[in-house]
Amino acid sequence: MTIIIAAWISGIALALGAVMALVRLARGPSILDRTLALDVLLVIIMCGLCLDMAVNRHLNHIVFIVVGCLVAFIGSVTIARYVTDRRTP
Amino acid sequence: MIAMALADGGVADTVLDWITAVCMVGGALMSVAAGIGLLRFPDLFSRMHAATKPQVLGLFLLLLAVALQIRAWAAVPVLLLAWLFQLLTAPVTAHMVGRAAYRTKHLKQEKLVLDDLNEVVSEAQRRLDERR
Repeated sequence: MTIIIAAWISGIALALGAVMALVRLARGPSILDRTLALDVLLVIIMCGLCLDMAVNRHLNHIVFIVVGCLVAFIGSVTIARYVTDRRTP
Repeated sequence: MIAMALADGGVADTVLDWITAVCMVGGALMSVAAGIGLLRFPDLFSRMHAATKPQVLGLFLLLLAVALQIRAWAAVPVLLLAWLFQLLTAPVTAHMVGRAAYRTKHLKQEKLVLDDLNEVVSEAQRRLDERR
């Protein structure tokens, strides 16, 4: 019972965080802000999968957790590497 | 509720369930904190500060919750590996994003208390100009 109540609270909290990250993703003034928001969004999705594993007691999503870390890393580093300043001074 | 749990699982189960619940809620609150930080903070560097919270502590607490519910030692290395990857990649990502932000001037100069990089960059620029 404790687990179910805690899962509901955490699920709502994760959803709130995801919505706020999505707002920053849509509004973010620069591409780096959007990269950061996407990173946070991916981490929140990974947290949600962890929540599912904890509540239902299985390990089906653990591969995604491991791969998700690496994909987030490669994506952010690639974008950060190729970002340039195109604003006219 | 405690009496019910005692009847079917024992005290250890109840205690582990409570610890799991605390870990889950704590980990989820980290992502709310990151969301609020992303929305409210003024520039990229302060947003990066907020974004690290669910990446390291939030994921750790939720992986701990998984480990406490699975209760098998075989699961621990995989969970540890997942957290280790996150722990290794998060600082490198933050460094690369911060570096790109500084180079492309996506920052509010007046928000910085101290800018150590400015001296080094202007010195490097001066040497580059001399060579030309």
